[in-house]
Amino acid sequence: MSTADMKVYRPPVIDIIEEGDELLEVAMGPHHPSTHGVFRMDVALDGERVIRLKPVFGYLHRNHEKIAEKASYLAAMPYTDRLDYFCSLTNNWAYALAVEKLAGLEVPERAEYIRVITAELTRIQNHASSIGFLMQEMGASGTPLMYAFRERERILDLFEELTGSRMMCNYMRFGGCRVELPTGWLAKAQTIVDGLPKFIDEIEALLTGNEILMARCQGMGILKPDLAINAGVTGPMLRATGVNYDLRKVDHYGIYDRFKFRVPLGDHGDIFDRYMIRVLEMRESVTILHQAIKDIPAGPIMDPKSKIRGFRPKPGEAYGRIEAPKGELGFYLISDGSGNPYRYRVRPPSLINLTILEDMCLGHNVADVVLIFGSVDIVLGEVDR
Amino acid sequence: MGLGQRRFNLGVNVSIEEKGIRMAVEDKLKIELGKQGVFVTTVNEIYNWGRKNSVWPLQFGLACCAIEMIATTMARYDLARFGAEVFRPSPRQADLMIISGTITKKMAPQVVRLYNQMAEPRYVIAMGACAISGGPFKQGYNVLKGIDRYIPIDVHIPGCPPRPEALIHAFMTLQAKIDDQPLTGTERPRHLNPEAMSEFPIPIQGAHDLVPPVNHLVWPLPAPVDSGENCG
Amino acid sequence: MKSTEEILAMIQAALPAAHVELVLNPSPSAQHSLRVAPADAFAVASFLRESVELALDYCSNVTGVDWPDKEITEKVKVTQLVDGEEKVVEETVKRIEPGCLEAVYHLYSMRRAHEAIAGPVVLRMRTVNRTDQVQLPSLTFVWRAAEFQEREIFDLFGIVFTGHPDLRRILMWDEFEDHPMRRDYVDPDDYEYEPTPHDEVLKRAEAQSKSAGVTA
Repeated sequence: MSTADMKVYRPPVIDIIEEGDELLEVAMGPHHPSTHGVFRMDVALDGERVIRLKPVFGYLHRNHEKIAEKASYLAAMPYTDRLDYFCSLTNNWAYALAVEKLAGLEVPERAEYIRVITAELTRIQNHASSIGFLMQEMGASGTPLMYAFRERERILDLFEELTGSRMMCNYMRFGGCRVELPTGWLAKAQTIVDGLPKFIDEIEALLTGNEILMARCQGMGILKPDLAINAGVTGPMLRATGVNYDLRKVDHYGIYDRFKFRVPLGDHGDIFDRYMIRVLEMRESVTILHQAIKDIPAGPIMDPKSKIRGFRPKPGEAYGRIEAPKGELGFYLISDGSGNPYRYRVRPPSLINLTILEDMCLGHNVADVVLIFGSVDIVLGEVDR
Repeated sequence: MGLGQRRFNLGVNVSIEEKGIRMAVEDKLKIELGKQGVFVTTVNEIYNWGRKNSVWPLQFGLACCAIEMIATTMARYDLARFGAEVFRPSPRQADLMIISGTITKKMAPQVVRLYNQMAEPRYVIAMGACAISGGPFKQGYNVLKGIDRYIPIDVHIPGCPPRPEALIHAFMTLQAKIDDQPLTGTERPRHLNPEAMSEFPIPIQGAHDLVPPVNHLVWPLPAPVDSGENCG
Repeated sequence: MKSTEEILAMIQAALPAAHVELVLNPSPSAQHSLRVAPADAFAVASFLRESVELALDYCSNVTGVDWPDKEITEKVKVTQLVDGEEKVVEETVKRIEPGCLEAVYHLYSMRRAHEAIAGPVVLRMRTVNRTDQVQLPSLTFVWRAAEFQEREIFDLFGIVFTGHPDLRRILMWDEFEDHPMRRDYVDPDDYEYEPTPHDEVLKRAEAQSKSAGVTA
C-alpha cells in the first residue's frame, strides 16, 4: 500500500479561459422554470456548450439544525418532515433510528412492519413524481406528471388516514410509531398496492420506449462508478453506475432482511439508467409491500421503555442512516445528557449527490443541464436544510 | 413624492351597501332585461369579470407549499376550473404571485425583485405559515419572518402546508376581491392610481442581517404598549 | 469489519509517527472514534482509504462540532499559613478550559460493504482554539464527498480548511460575517412581538422599537 500513487478526484478547475474567448455567463436560478425550487447554477457557456458550472446553495437554508439543537429531541421530529418534503415518513424513520441507537431503544415488531410499509409507499410516490418532474423538464409538460400525481394522491390519502396529514406526517416516535393503524387501513393499502403494477406498466408503456426520451437520456450525464463512490453519491444515482450499495441490504436496518427483493443496477450511469433504476425500484417496492402487508403481526406499536416526555439519553453520540428514496439519509447526534441534542446534524443525500453535478454537465449543451440536474432528483428543503 | 404615508387598504370586506351605490343598474332590472335577451352591464363589472377569471400565476415555488401548489394544478384539484392553469415562468406575464414556502434572507431580495418585475395589476397570495410569519422556522437566523415585511399581501392562507382546497379557497377569495375593486374613487386599486407606490425597495444583504429588516412603508412594526396594567 | 481498537493498531503499525488516539463513546451505540492530530490527518485518511483490508472508500458524513470555552469550578486543597501554622484548606478555584472546533468524518466501505455489518469509522480533528487558530487540513482530495460539506463547516462553524480547492460560503450569502452554528452566536432581533408584551419580552420589544426608530 502506498499513498503516493493514490488516485485523487479533483473538482474540475477551468483555467484555460483566454482573453479572446467570448463566454456567456448565465445565472440559472434561483427563480427558474424547472420545478425543483430555489437553486442557482452559475454557468459559463461557449456557444451552447457548458464549460463551467458552479452550484449556489442556501436559498432555502432554514436553520433546521440550529432550531433542533435548541429544542427537545421530540420537537425536532416535525422538522424532519420538512427536510425532504416528498418523503416525510422516511425522514422520520432515519431520525427515529438515530435516536434509538443513541438511547438503546428497541422497536416492537408491528411498528417495524408499519415503518416498512409506509417507507416503501413513500419510495414509490417519490420515484413516480421524480420521473414526472424529469419528463416535465424534458418538455413533456404536464401529462406524465399528472399520471404520477394521480397515483401519489392515492398514496397520500392513505397517509392522511393514518397520520392526519397529507405531506407532513410526523408519524414515527423513538421506539415505535405514534398511532395504531385505523381499521380497514391495511385492506385499503392492499387495494392501492394491487393497482400499482398497472400504473408502472402504464408509465413504462408511455415512456421507456419513447424515442425522444431515449435520444435525450442515453449517453447523457454519464457518471463513472469510482468517481461516484469517492464523491459519496448514494441512492438510485449510485446504483445506476453499477455499484451494488443499498443500505436495506448492507445495514439490514429495521426488518429488511426478512423480505425478498432485488436491487436493480445499471451499467452506463447515464440519465436513462437512473430513470430505469427508479422504475425497477418501484416494482421491487411493490413486492416488499405485498410481503409486509401479508405478514404484519399484531402487538404493541411502542417500546414500553421509551419515554415521550422528559426524554434524556445518556451522554454519547450516534450516527444512524437509512436508505431514503434519494439516497443515504443520516442523522448524527451528540447528547450531553440534557433534554435537547448538543449537536444535531443531517447528512442530506440531495446535497452530496450534487457534488458531481459539474463533472456530469461539462461539455453538454445548456438545454441538457436542466435534464441532468433533474435526474439527480433533489429536494431543496434537504439540500439547504 | 408623497410615498411615505400611504397605507394600503388590503381588506376585502366591501359591504353590500357600498356595492349598491356603485352599481349603475339595479339587479332586478338587469334580470328582467336578461329575460328579454338584453344583456346590460357596467364597464366596472365586465372589466373585473374578465380579470378575475383569467388570473395567471407565476410559476414560482419556494419550499414545501410549492408541492401542494403543484398538486392543486393537477388532475384531482384542477385549478384550471378557475381560469388559472397557465403558470407563467416569467414575472412579466404573470398577474399573481403565490409565495409558496419559507422565504430565507438569502432569497428575500429576489422575491421583492420578482414582485417589482411583475406588471400591474398584480396580486400576492402568501401561502402557508412560513410566508405569513416565518412559521415553524421563525427562530431561524436565516428565515424572514413573513414576506409582508417587504411587499403587500392580498390573501393569507394559514396551514403548514395548506391543503389544495385551502389554496383554491384563497384563490376564490382573491377573485371576490378583484370583483369588488372599483375603477374610480379613493378605493380604486393601485394600478389605476398613478400616485401609488409601484416599485418596492429591495433589501440589501448586510454583514449580519437584511438591511433594512422591514420596509416600514408597507409594514409598520407593532408598537409595544408600556405595561399590562390598563389592558385589563 | 474490525473494531476501532484494531483499526487504531493498524494505523500505528503502518504510520508509527502519526498521533492518533481512541475516543470512547459511552452511549449504547458504541460508535467509538479516532482523534487524529491535524498534521497527520491527510496521511491517516489516505491510509484508511487505500488499505486493502479496510477500504474505507466512502466518506458518508462530514460535520463540525463547536466546543466553547468551559468554566470549571473545582475544589482544590491548598496548604496555607494560618496563624503561623500550616493547615490544609479547601478552596474553590475557577479555571477556564479552552474550547475548540472539531470536524467529524464518518467513513464506510463500499467495496467491502457486503462482507460484514459494521458501524461507521469515525475520524475527528480538533483546532487549537476557536478564535485565530482554526485551521484544519482539508480531506477533499482523499474523499471528494467532503468538498461541499467542508464548505458548509467553514460557513457555519468557521473552520478554515487549508488546501480546500474552493473554500467559499455555501449556505449564507457572501457578505455575511458570522458563523451561525457556533453556540455563542446571537441572531438578529427581528421578531415582531405580541401587542401586549410584559416582563422580559416587554424589555426586548422596547429595545427593538428604540433601535428601529418607531415610537410607541
